[in-house]
Amino acid sequence: MEISNVTKKRIKEYLAEDKRFDGRKPFDFRDIKIEFGVSKNAEGSAKVTMGNTVVVAGVKIETAEPYTDHEEEGTLITTAELLPLSSPRFESGPPSIESIELARIIDRGIRESGFIDFHKLCIKKGEKVFGILLDIFSLNDDGNLLDAAGIAAISALKVAKMPKYDEKEDVISYGEFTSKGLPITEKTPLAMTFHKIGNKIIIDPTREEEETSEARITLALFKNKDKKDGVMITASQKGNDATFKIEELEEIFEKAKEKFKELNETIEEQVK
Amino acid sequence: MTYTKRYDGRKHDEMRQMEAKINVVKNADGSAMFKFGDTIALAVVYGPKILHPQHMQNPRKGILRVNYDMLSFSVPERKKPGPSRRSQEVSKVTEWALNSVVDLESYPNTVVDVHIMILQANAGTRCAGINAAALALASAGIPMKEMISAVAVGKIDETLIVDLIKEEEDYEDGEGATDIPIAFLAKSGEVALFQLDGRITPAELKEVVKIGRKACKEIYEVQKKALKHMEEK
Amino acid sequence: MFREQENNEIIEESDSIQIDEHKKREIAIPGEKIVSGKDFLPGDGARREGEDIVASKYGLADISGRLVKVIPLSGAYIPRPGNVVIGRVTDVTFNGWLMDLKAPYSSFLPVSEVSRFVKGDLTEYYDIGDMIVVKIDNVKSKGIDLTAKLRGLGKLERGMIVFINSNKVPRVIGREGSMINLIKQETNCDIVVGQNGIVWIKGEKVEDELKAKDAILFVVSKSYVEGLTEKVEKYFREKRNS
Repeated sequence: MEISNVTKKRIKEYLAEDKRFDGRKPFDFRDIKIEFGVSKNAEGSAKVTMGNTVVVAGVKIETAEPYTDHEEEGTLITTAELLPLSSPRFESGPPSIESIELARIIDRGIRESGFIDFHKLCIKKGEKVFGILLDIFSLNDDGNLLDAAGIAAISALKVAKMPKYDEKEDVISYGEFTSKGLPITEKTPLAMTFHKIGNKIIIDPTREEEETSEARITLALFKNKDKKDGVMITASQKGNDATFKIEELEEIFEKAKEKFKELNETIEEQVK
Repeated sequence: MTYTKRYDGRKHDEMRQMEAKINVVKNADGSAMFKFGDTIALAVVYGPKILHPQHMQNPRKGILRVNYDMLSFSVPERKKPGPSRRSQEVSKVTEWALNSVVDLESYPNTVVDVHIMILQANAGTRCAGINAAALALASAGIPMKEMISAVAVGKIDETLIVDLIKEEEDYEDGEGATDIPIAFLAKSGEVALFQLDGRITPAELKEVVKIGRKACKEIYEVQKKALKHMEEK
Repeated sequence: MFREQENNEIIEESDSIQIDEHKKREIAIPGEKIVSGKDFLPGDGARREGEDIVASKYGLADISGRLVKVIPLSGAYIPRPGNVVIGRVTDVTFNGWLMDLKAPYSSFLPVSEVSRFVKGDLTEYYDIGDMIVVKIDNVKSKGIDLTAKLRGLGKLERGMIVFINSNKVPRVIGREGSMINLIKQETNCDIVVGQNGIVWIKGEKVEDELKAKDAILFVVSKSYVEGLTEKVEKYFREKRNS
C-alpha cells in the first residue's frame, strides 16, 4: 500500500529532530551484508542485503566486436530488472524507467571511474574484445535499490573469473573458469543517493522514507589517493520533482566524501 | 549400455541433496526457495488481489497467473533478460500443475500471482520451480487441496534415472538422453505435470514414472519439513 | 476508547478461539490428516475425507470440541461484512472515495455513508492518502461497500500507520482487548487495530508511537508462542529498566 499522509507527516516531524523511525541518524547506513558467488554459472555474482532490501548482480563474459571509436577496449553492458517478485509496486512487462535509470547510473559510475581497465580486455584490435554483461536484479525492495545495486555490481565484478577461452577457435568454454579475474583497478566506484525530506537530507532510505522523499541526488565516487580530497566524483544524477538549494548540494558533496570512506571500509572488510 | 555410472556418483534412483525454506522474500504474501543440488528456484506469491484488466476476471473463481523466468546469469550461456518462448511454455505447464491443487473458488474476480525465478540452474529447473511454488502458495495461506511435488526423471542411453543434471541432459551416445519432468499430487499421487523429450519405450516409461513417484515422496518430506519449521516472517 | 471497543466486540464474537494462548497447536499441511473420527466437524480451512478431517490450508490446526479449523499463519486479508478496518483513500470521485483496504477487491465509500459530509469539494473531507476507519457493509466480487456513519469511524488525524498480517490481529488485540490495552497503557498511545491488519498509533511523542509499534511487532513475531501476555509484560519491564 502507498504511504499514508499521516505517516509522511510523522517521518518529516521526526526528521526535523534528526531522528528516524529505525533509530538511525540522517546519515547512517543500514546493516550491509555482501554474499559472493551466489550463482555459480555466472563468471561472478554477489548478493547485497541493506536492511531489508536485497539485490543480486551477476557478470557474464562474452566475446564481441569493439566499438569503432574504442577499437582496443572491451565492452560493458549493464542492465537492471526491478522484479515484480521484489515488490507489489513493480509490474511485469518491459523495463520501467526506474530500472533503466538505475542501470545507466551504475554503468556510468563503473565506466567513468576507470574501475575496469578496458584495454586489457582487448583480444585483437578492431576485431575482437571481451564484453562484460552486468545484470542486476532486485529480490526485495525496502528502499534504496540503487545504492544496493551499486555495491552488488562492483562486488560481482571483483570476484569474477575469466572463463577458458580458445583464441584460435574463438570459443569460450562456459563453466570452465580460469583463476584470472577481470582487469580491475583500485578505483572502486560506490554510489550513494541523498534524499531531501522537508529541509533535511538523509541517505539510505527505507521504502517509507523513499516515498516521503521530495528530491534525490545520486553521487558515485571512487578513491583517488593522488587528489587532495582523496576521492573523485564519477557520476551524478538528480531525480524527482523538488529542487535542491545550492547550499544543500554543497553539504551533500562534503558529506559524500565522508560517507564514501565509511562505505568503502564496510565493503573492503567483506570483500576480504 | 554405455551409461552405467552417473557423473556425480549417485545411484540411478538417488536424488541430489535437497533444501527448502519458506518466507524468504519479506514483501511477499508467500515465498519459498527450493534446491535440487545446484539448481536453486525462488517462488514468490502475491495475492489474492484485484485483477486488472476487468475482462480477464473470472466470476466463478480467482485465477492463478504464473510467471517462470531465469536470472540471466543462472545458466552457463547468458539468457537475455525478459520472457523467452521456453519460459512462457514452462509458465503455462506450471500454471496447469498448480491449478490442480489450489482452490480459488472463495476469491472470484481476483488473481494470485506466482513468480518463479531460477537463481542457479543445473537441470530440473521447472520441477524445482513447482516445488518452491507449492511451498510459496501454502505459506501465503492460499486454500490448497494438497501439496504437489515435481521431479525430472529420465533415461540416459538405456539407464533409467531420477533427478538429471545438465551433463546428463546433454548426453549424446547410444540412445541419448530422455528428459521427463513429472509432478505428482502429494497424497493422491495423481499426475499434474508430464512432459517428455527423447526416445523411450512404453515399458521403460512406465518403470521410470514409478521411480519418479517414489522420488516425489522424498521431495514431499523436504517440503513438509520446511512448512513445519516455525520461523516468523 | 470507543473505536477500539468496537473492534473488541467483533473480535470476541468470532475469533476468541484464536487467542487462547495456552493451547498447543500442530502445524496443518494441505492434504494431511488433522484428526480422525466421524464425530468431528470441518470448519474453516478443513474438510472431511472419509474418516478423516483433512487440512485445506497451511496454518495451525485448532480443535475445539468437535470443530476442527485451520488458523492461517499468513496470507492476504479476506474482507467480511461487519469488519472495522482502516483504508487509504486512493481516488476521489463525484460521489465518494475509492479506498485501498489491502483486500482483493476494490472498495468504495459513498458520500451518503459519511454523516459529516454536507456539501462541496469531497477532497476537503477526505483526500488521497488519508487513512479512514470504516466498516464493511457488503462484500461483493464487484467491490466492497463501506460506511463511516457510526461513531468512531472517520478520518485518522496525526499518528502513524503500521502494517501487520491480518491473521495476527486477534493476537495483537488479545482476549477482551487485554493485549492491546496493555500496550496502550505502557506507551500512553491511542491505537486502532483494523481487522485488515492496518494499525494506527497516536501518541504525544513520536517516541511513544515507535515504542507501541515495536511492541506490536514483537507480539506478531511471537504470535504462536504460549504465555505471550507474560512475555509482553516482561518486554515492557525490561524496556523501562534499560
